[in-house]
Order: sequence, then structure tokens, then C-alpha cells
Amino acid sequence: MSTLYSKDHEWVDIDGDIGTVGITNHAQEQLGELVYVEVPEVGATLDQGDEACVVESVKAASEVYAPCSGEIVEVNEDLADAPTTVNEHAEGDGWLFKIKISDMSELDEFMDEAAYKAHLKDLEE
Amino acid sequence: MGTSSSDTLKSVPLADFHRRQGAKMVPFAGYEMPVQYPAGIIEEHKHTREKAGLFDVSHMGQAWLHGDGAAQALETVIPGDVQALDHAQGRYTMITNDDGGIIDDLIVTNWTDKIFIVVNASRKDVDLPLIAAAASGKAELELVEDRALLALQGPAAAAVMAPLAPGCDTMSFMSAAEIEINGVMCHVTRSGYTGEDGYEISIPVSNVEEIAETLCAHPDVMPIGLGARDTLRLEAGLCLYGNDLDETTSPIEAGLIWTISKRRRAEGGFPGSERILREIAEGPSRKRVGIAPEGRAPAREGTAIHTPGGNAVGTLTSGGFGPSVGGLVAMGYVPTELASAGSQVELAIRKNMVPASVVKMPVQPHRFYRG
Repeated sequence: MSTLYSKDHEWVDIDGDIGTVGITNHAQEQLGELVYVEVPEVGATLDQGDEACVVESVKAASEVYAPCSGEIVEVNEDLADAPTTVNEHAEGDGWLFKIKISDMSELDEFMDEAAYKAHLKDLEE
Repeated sequence: MGTSSSDTLKSVPLADFHRRQGAKMVPFAGYEMPVQYPAGIIEEHKHTREKAGLFDVSHMGQAWLHGDGAAQALETVIPGDVQALDHAQGRYTMITNDDGGIIDDLIVTNWTDKIFIVVNASRKDVDLPLIAAAASGKAELELVEDRALLALQGPAAAAVMAPLAPGCDTMSFMSAAEIEINGVMCHVTRSGYTGEDGYEISIPVSNVEEIAETLCAHPDVMPIGLGARDTLRLEAGLCLYGNDLDETTSPIEAGLIWTISKRRRAEGGFPGSERILREIAEGPSRKRVGIAPEGRAPAREGTAIHTPGGNAVGTLTSGGFGPSVGGLVAMGYVPTELASAGSQVELAIRKNMVPASVVKMPVQPHRFYRG
């Protein structure tokens, strides 16, 4: 299992051809306390960059994009009643959906943990 | 550090105080303002209804209109009954345009030989010249630029103020007083924008930081940002100019007929009186109502309101999550036929048509001081 990170503060945990996707702790801090999370439909086919989820804080709705193309095989149904799980455990229990990755090479531009941490440092400056 | 857009934003006197408190500063009406502090919007909101929140609203416009003719002059642009105000009494009213729409909502407070005016930050550059022009020859407008404006709101506000400003706790709702706080003469009104008891305090700029620190030192007081200010007023059913009120909405459509007294309805003499008096007599074609969506997806301003299975008939003007009600809150304009509590509508939220009902406002009961 390896975790990759995007510039847009999403993480993907890859296990075989299944990717578990969520937003990073940095992202949840920027959003503030979530009041609503809308996960995709199981069975939906998405292209990389398609809108997959909506996460809403008091002030605004934000889109979470599919990090790669594939079919949604599982979604985190607990988030409907407890959207703040994403705030409390963004990189664990706050996972959003699992996608069957159709083309691994789409993740080539993603970063490992060290590179993502460096990316965050750059953003601070 | 390079140049940034904050170079063009104005600063409020308490800007450094906000940053020291860990505020997230954002642009608002041309000012850099705190949208939230580290506690976050939801906790700030709840704290205000449980104890007391301190809001910096120094970006708003403050002015005095001097002269015995001030009330009459204001009434040429305002449908409210300014002349009927007792000394040290204020009221909520609006400036109307010739089409019967609203230029801004504001608070005016009578001090007999002068009137204190507070207007929205986003509209002060429109309102104040307009008032000055209307008053020309009758009264003189003095812009107040050396005072900050703070609001202390919540059930604990009176207890916080009592030792600092003796007599404050027995002030009646919408009354005003000149009171010393920490030896500094402040202009205080018992009013606010949250639906809770509280005070709005006009303080000399040179003393505002010390007074803000004193208030925040009280264990029941927390600084509150504009994010929570918006969720609080939304739950309280209070209008936000630019959203729920604009130049096309009449006071009657907006549900603000109560701001126009019998005398003013009989006499007219304010801009847009033709449409406004006609709507009073015949009813308006649309009304501002509360709307409660089903489910959990927030329905925000701009959302189209449909008849069930039908066409769009209106729009939400405000909406979001209400931390005190623990659910979704929204307001918008619908045709009068749909404006009764219980009417069913549908809201177009992303790709879904979400059922919703018209509900009475406010969803969070007001707790203004009633003596």
C-alpha cells in the first residue's frame, strides 16, 4: 500500500488497482468545520478531474475531483451523518470513496508524502 | 514579500488586535476583516448565543446629521417615522429609491438636535452623499471617521457591560446612551444583528483597542468574526443588504411593512411611495420567506426555487447551515401565493431538485431585552 498526494490536497491510498481517496489534513484545516459531504454514487464512472464529491463548510461548498479515471466501488456512507469525521480524521476514517483505477499512469504526477510536505512548505511562503 | 491585493484594502482600527487573536482576515466591502478566529465559525456562533461575542463592525458607516431639521430631512429619503422618535431612541429603517426599492437598511437614533446614523459598509459611499444631498439647506451631515464600532451580543452581554458602564443593563431595547467605559465617553445603543440581547458601541479610535482587550478579558467574551455574524443574523431572520434587500425589493416584499408607521403610510413623502403604498393596499406580488430544505445539503443564495415539478418562480437570497438550529436555514422571495408557512417548493441544488417548505422566520427566536 502506498499513499500518493496531489497538488490539490487529495490523497490516494493504492492497494492493487483500488485507490482509497480523501482530502488531506491541510485541506480540512483550510475548509473549516464541515457541515455536509456528498459522496459519489457507487458504480459511477469518472474521468480524472471530474467532480467526484462536494464538501461543504459553513461558508462555502468545495469540489473534490477524481484523482484518476475509474469506477467508484465504495463510498463512505458514515459521512452523511458525521461530516466532521473528515475534519477529525481526514487521512484515515474520513476517506471519501474507493475507485477502481483504470489507468495507473494517470497518477504519475502525484507526490509521495515527503514531496507533499515540501509542497505545503512552499505554499506557506 | 511581494505586492498583494491587500494593498488596496482598507484597515479597521483593530486590525492588529484581530491578527494577534489569530483571525483569518478576508476582504469585505473594501476592508480587511476577520471572518473567523481559531475557534471557528460554528463555535463562535454558539458562544454568542450562550454567552457573549464581541464583533468589530468598524467598517460600517457612522455619521451625525446636525440641526433641528434633521428628522424631516431624513424622512424625504426614508419611509420610517424619524420624527416620532423620543430623545435617545433609535429605529431600524431604510433608504428607498423612486422605484420603491431599497438603497440600504440602516439604524437612525434621535438625539434631538442631531441624529446618529449607522449604514452598511458596502453602501456607505452611496448612502452618505445621498443623505447629505437630501439634507442640503436643512441639516448638516458630519461623517464620523475617528470612531470604531463594536458590537457585544449575547445573553451575557448585559452582565459583562454592567460593571464597566453602570446603567447599561437597564437600557431599553433600541435606546441609546452616552456612557463612560474605562473613562472613555462611548455612544452605546442596545441593539444588534444577532437576535440576542446586546449593545453596539461607538468608541474613539484611540481607545478601542484597550476597550476591546478589556471586554475580551472577561471569561464570557470571545471575539467573533463576520462568518458567525452571518450565520447568527440568518437564523434570526434578519436581512443582509445585497442579498435579501436590494434596489428591486420593496420594504413590503421584504416583510418590513412594520417599519412604516400609520402616519407615513397616510402622508407618503418618501421615494417610491407610489409602489410601496400600492403594495400595502393590494399586497405585493412576491414576499421574502424562510425556506427549510429537506436533507442535509445546504441551499445557498442564488438557488432557484421551483413549484413542485414545475418552473422556477423565485430565488434564495441567503442560505446555509445554522449552528443553533442544527440544520439548514434559508430565505428567499417567492410569489405571494406560495408565501404561507407549509407551502411546498423545490430547490435546484446542483443536479437535484430538493423538496423544501416555506417556514416562518425567525427559526431562532429573538431574545431582545424587554425590561
